[in-house]
Amino acid sequence: MPDIYLDNNATTKVDLAVVDAMMPYFTEYFGNPSSIHRFADGVAKALKKARTQVQELIGAEHDSEIIFTSCGTESDSTAILSALKAQPNRKEIITTTVEHPAILSLCDSLEKDGYTVHRLPVDKCGRLNLEAYKNMLSDQVAIVSVMWANNETGTIFPVVEMADMASNAGVMFHTDAVQAVGKIPMMLQDTKIDMLSISGHKLHAPKGIGVLYLRRGTRFRPLLRGGHQERGRRAGTENTASIVGLGKACELAIEYMEYENTQVKAMRDRLEQGIIEQIPHCFITGDLNNRLPNTTDIAFEYIEGEAILMLLNKAGIAASSGSACTSGSLEPSHVMRAMQIPYTAAHGTIRFSFSRFNTMSEVDEVLKVMPGIVANLRKLSPYWDGNGPVANPEQAFQPTYA
Amino acid sequence: MWDYSDKVKDHFFNPKNAGAVAGANAIGEVGSISCGDALRLTLKVNEDTEIIEDAGFQTFGCGSAIASSSVLTEIIKGKTLDEALKVTNQDIAAELDGLPPEKMHCSVMGREALQAAVANYRGEEWKDDHEEGALICKCFAIDAVMIEEMVWANKLRTVEDVTNYTKAGGGCASCHEDIEAILEKVLKERGETFNPEAQTVEKPIVAEKKPLTNLQRIKKIEEVLNSLRPQLMADGGDVELVEVVDNIAYVNMTGACSGCQMASMTIAGIQQRLMEVLGEFIRVIPATQMPKLVSIQEAGHA
Repeated sequence: MPDIYLDNNATTKVDLAVVDAMMPYFTEYFGNPSSIHRFADGVAKALKKARTQVQELIGAEHDSEIIFTSCGTESDSTAILSALKAQPNRKEIITTTVEHPAILSLCDSLEKDGYTVHRLPVDKCGRLNLEAYKNMLSDQVAIVSVMWANNETGTIFPVVEMADMASNAGVMFHTDAVQAVGKIPMMLQDTKIDMLSISGHKLHAPKGIGVLYLRRGTRFRPLLRGGHQERGRRAGTENTASIVGLGKACELAIEYMEYENTQVKAMRDRLEQGIIEQIPHCFITGDLNNRLPNTTDIAFEYIEGEAILMLLNKAGIAASSGSACTSGSLEPSHVMRAMQIPYTAAHGTIRFSFSRFNTMSEVDEVLKVMPGIVANLRKLSPYWDGNGPVANPEQAFQPTYA
Repeated sequence: MWDYSDKVKDHFFNPKNAGAVAGANAIGEVGSISCGDALRLTLKVNEDTEIIEDAGFQTFGCGSAIASSSVLTEIIKGKTLDEALKVTNQDIAAELDGLPPEKMHCSVMGREALQAAVANYRGEEWKDDHEEGALICKCFAIDAVMIEEMVWANKLRTVEDVTNYTKAGGGCASCHEDIEAILEKVLKERGETFNPEAQTVEKPIVAEKKPLTNLQRIKKIEEVLNSLRPQLMADGGDVELVEVVDNIAYVNMTGACSGCQMASMTIAGIQQRLMEVLGEFIRVIPATQMPKLVSIQEAGHA
């Protein structure tokens, strides 16, 4: 069996139809869209088409609200820094404890520059307290930035409602929607969301292309200044082939939206049900009734995630983990910590994230190997004894910690 | 995925001595909270010979934690307790053909479990003496706690100072922002403000131009060690010069320093300092690794 890819929240395979759409823009239509000659002519038209394809996927009112950027991170930074620059008297930012580092690291750095950052906590299911949020809103807040869906658990935040509340308080609202766009339907023109970030490679477009949606009328200051590209809001020669690719990917995402929310969801549900039934002492994290259709994050107690991933990898299965050891730093996942997942479980979380390219037989294959992997690692674990955890695991094993 | 050696993978996929040893009379339980790794080491020690007859491990941890535990049990089986205590975390890492810098603490955990088990066998209480911080300098595996302590102890003011004293930031330089953040924090606590343009702390050192005689070299080394002693003693440790052979200085790290997992870094730090002061290449090696010297008397009698 070929390798099974269940790490689609990390990145996705570029759809072949997207590659086909892109190819002519490397060779035949290589012109700079700003030029006035026939090499450029078709390119400008292709960008315009891509802009409307993106517009349609997110339900924006105008195609000029779509600004192409290099990635989701650039869109996030542009949104937040723009809000601060445009409103120099407002020195506060509201965000959450479970945002992507693209937001959190930027906020940490802004804090050092003297801004006040409010980080909304989450409960054990990863949900926000809207009452607490309401109390934070004031005329001191320059921008609220809340992710549409969490990358680790898939938990969806009520951003439409939160944008309404921000709007009522006269505060700008940005959402990092890189995990949500293309997986769940949205109609931005019916919301008060001012800015929204998209990352191409999360929806079967290539890496290196992103979008910042900017509601018409929202005060804006560009991050990159230079040429007049993107109406002067994002200078730099357009990544034409990738923009065309992203447009095609958005068109396909609309086509597959129902499939994503039925067939892909069915694969996810079968995998997590199968795992919960077969493997003792594991549980699903996040808000189970309000999640992306493609994501499940399962905590396997008393074992560690990187070890699970290495054995999965050996079996030809790709997933990811919230464990400390996989992050490249030594910090365990801030999302798991924010949800107060106990330490013996937080380190053993595995995220399986699906796409339309997965199949049910792949789910069966994972279900075949997963119980053995967990059992083998538990055999090595000081918290495990024979067929179950040792009695009172926390007391039975009390290592001296460095 | 980490770039693990084949040996790490082999010990992870086929761990040796997994599980608790029946009838164990030495048990060590340690963990590293920052990585969420924990290890229980069980040994069966022959009470007459103090030879470790059997060793087993139970590990809650990542691939390299399991591999480090596995290889540790292989290394120490058949050794006496005293021999086993000489196993350093570098020995464990070397046996695995190396570990990524972020994962060196897995080998440290192995060594600590061993110390804890031996202490348990001897009825002593083992105390960990090292606080582990976030890894700052990936080139030289130096953590935040280490840098902070050095900044405090030596009143360091600039990134260059930190590099001179700890080596941190002396490689790819991408951690300089993090080092500046530490400097900013400590200087604030000291009531100063961080100024990236500040003069580096005066190096009490002018490199000698003429080659040193061995006597001059020993004297200089003593001088440097004396200047470092206060900060080592502040951490409950000490350093003693045992022998100088050519350009190798053999030292005894005592007190907290001897068991400290950063002993090697301290030794590296001392070596760096010596090289600057003496203006020549010096290797600092723990006296325990000194080749047995044949005494002149014995040689005469032979």
